[in-house]
Amino acid sequence: MSAERSIARRMLANRAFLALCLAATTAAMLILAVLLVSIFAQGWDGLSWSFMKSLPSRKAEKAGIWVALIGSLWVCAICALVALPLGVATALYLEEFARKSRLTRLIQTNIMNLAGVPSIVYGILGLTAFARMFGLFGTNRDEALTFGDPESLFFVRLPFGSSVLSGGLTLMLVILPIVIIATQEALRAVPSSLRSGALALGATPWQTAWGITLPAAVPGIMTGSILAMSRAIGESAPLLVLGGALFVSGAPDNLMSDFAILPLQIYNWASRPQESFHAIAASAIIVQLVALLLFNGIAVFIRQKLQKPLQ
Amino acid sequence: MTTLRTNPQLGNLAQLGRPRSAGSRRIRERAILFSLWLATAFSVAVTATIIVVLAKETIGFFEFEEVTLGEFFGSLEWNPLLGAEKHFGIWPLVSGTLLIAAIAASFALPLGLIAAIYLSEYASPRVRATIKPALEILAGVPTVVYGFFALTAITPLLQRIDPELFGSYNALSAGLATGIMILPIVCSLSEDALRAVPRSLRDGAFALGGTRFDVSVKVVVPAALSGIVAAFLLAISRAVGETMIVALAAGGVAQVTANPAAEVQTMTAYMVQIFLGDAPAFGVEYKSSYAVAATLFVMTFVLTMIGQLVLRRFREEYD
Repeated sequence: MSAERSIARRMLANRAFLALCLAATTAAMLILAVLLVSIFAQGWDGLSWSFMKSLPSRKAEKAGIWVALIGSLWVCAICALVALPLGVATALYLEEFARKSRLTRLIQTNIMNLAGVPSIVYGILGLTAFARMFGLFGTNRDEALTFGDPESLFFVRLPFGSSVLSGGLTLMLVILPIVIIATQEALRAVPSSLRSGALALGATPWQTAWGITLPAAVPGIMTGSILAMSRAIGESAPLLVLGGALFVSGAPDNLMSDFAILPLQIYNWASRPQESFHAIAASAIIVQLVALLLFNGIAVFIRQKLQKPLQ
Repeated sequence: MTTLRTNPQLGNLAQLGRPRSAGSRRIRERAILFSLWLATAFSVAVTATIIVVLAKETIGFFEFEEVTLGEFFGSLEWNPLLGAEKHFGIWPLVSGTLLIAAIAASFALPLGLIAAIYLSEYASPRVRATIKPALEILAGVPTVVYGFFALTAITPLLQRIDPELFGSYNALSAGLATGIMILPIVCSLSEDALRAVPRSLRDGAFALGGTRFDVSVKVVVPAALSGIVAAFLLAISRAVGETMIVALAAGGVAQVTANPAAEVQTMTAYMVQIFLGDAPAFGVEYKSSYAVAATLFVMTFVLTMIGQLVLRRFREEYD
């Protein structure tokens, strides 16, 4: 009798918990839906070709996102070009070459910590290390060392100032630990029989890592890197510290140009009191979300098409 | 060996490039290994530079005569920009940060964990395959978008519920938006931890007559507890360091309060205010942002370290 009652009670608990689970998951999905619907409702009407192509303006009706869009592309390209090789190299060293010593464990913990550092702190680091270069070249912009013609593509200025280069490098700092951790996981998933086989055939450790292990890990590395890049295109706090929210009149034409980026343009418009600016902020968010979906879509595609079973 | 040497063809083959390339190959490998080592050293240098920069500028801040260490940790007032008398007590900013993080955590941790249990223990593969990518998208949404959502959707909703209580900036709205931001982190990391629990544990519990609820809550969750706690800590440290949402929706009044309807300023929001404003680069207000950044860095550092420790010390090994 009591056993039966206990079973009935536990079945009831099970069903109640399932209902709770469904409610929680539905709530989470509903939030995503409300978020998307509210943004599309506010911003859909403002989307037009001229909105994409227009320069920033003091009037909401005339303002566009062209400068910010191109700025975002520049910054993300620089970020990817530096972060990916650096991150993959670090992960290769830690996974394939470093001895499992206390020092290696310490470096590993350090990378975990870097992944947890708030992005705005990286902004301060970027401001000090890249934009001002620790004051090594003086603190005034006029004192900067310049190389080449300011109009040309190859113009370089030391320190970098609030330029696209500083911005890209600062974002690189933010996503570097993510790239390292993702690459390490991808390398760890490569079965060790592949390495043993290569080594047994007389390949050196580097030939094994470069020719066998790394190619086998490429789908994992690419998925992780694309997700890291989708973090980078949305990251705005560190570049705000760097001075990226200021009014910029044109798209960058070399590494030392001032820049605006899309998320900061959104912040700038959203923080104004006028409704008309909120509307164009919503339109800009739609563009930003489409870019994000594109990145995620590519990552999912790669994961599903390229990942071959290795065991 | 001798037969090899006497055979002219094979002898030739054995010598082909071997002595020369072995040496140059070793040098090449050394060089490559060294460059990989340099890349690894870079990540250590980043940490070192963060610490040195923050420490140096914070010391510079405390060298101003209007600032004392006692006031920084003892005073409940923070008003470096307004008023004739400036006060530099860190607690209002810490309190604002913790209030936002607490609201976010009390919303996202239970919801995220329950959704994770559902996905890992109850949901069919097809349901999982649709919800997981949706969560990944939610995880990738830029934080400024959540800030905009707080400002244009959550705050108006709160104001409709109680127009007297909620102003256009309040902690609850920013906290809820931050909660939505960390929800996917909590959910997907907890789910990873739950799925890592070996199947044999579940089979054993089912064999003893447990319902699915008994198995997931009394066996699987305790077995994955270290991973779940680590996920919680990571999510909280993200909420503590969140910048754009609070800069948009929480307001700008630094005060010690536990009232979710109040305007608060977090550490990150103060830094935004300073770096966006025209505070001269050498004044005490400007330098104060570095002291705030150092405090923030220490807080998230401690959270991450505890998370690492929990993962390492309390992991249940079943294999």
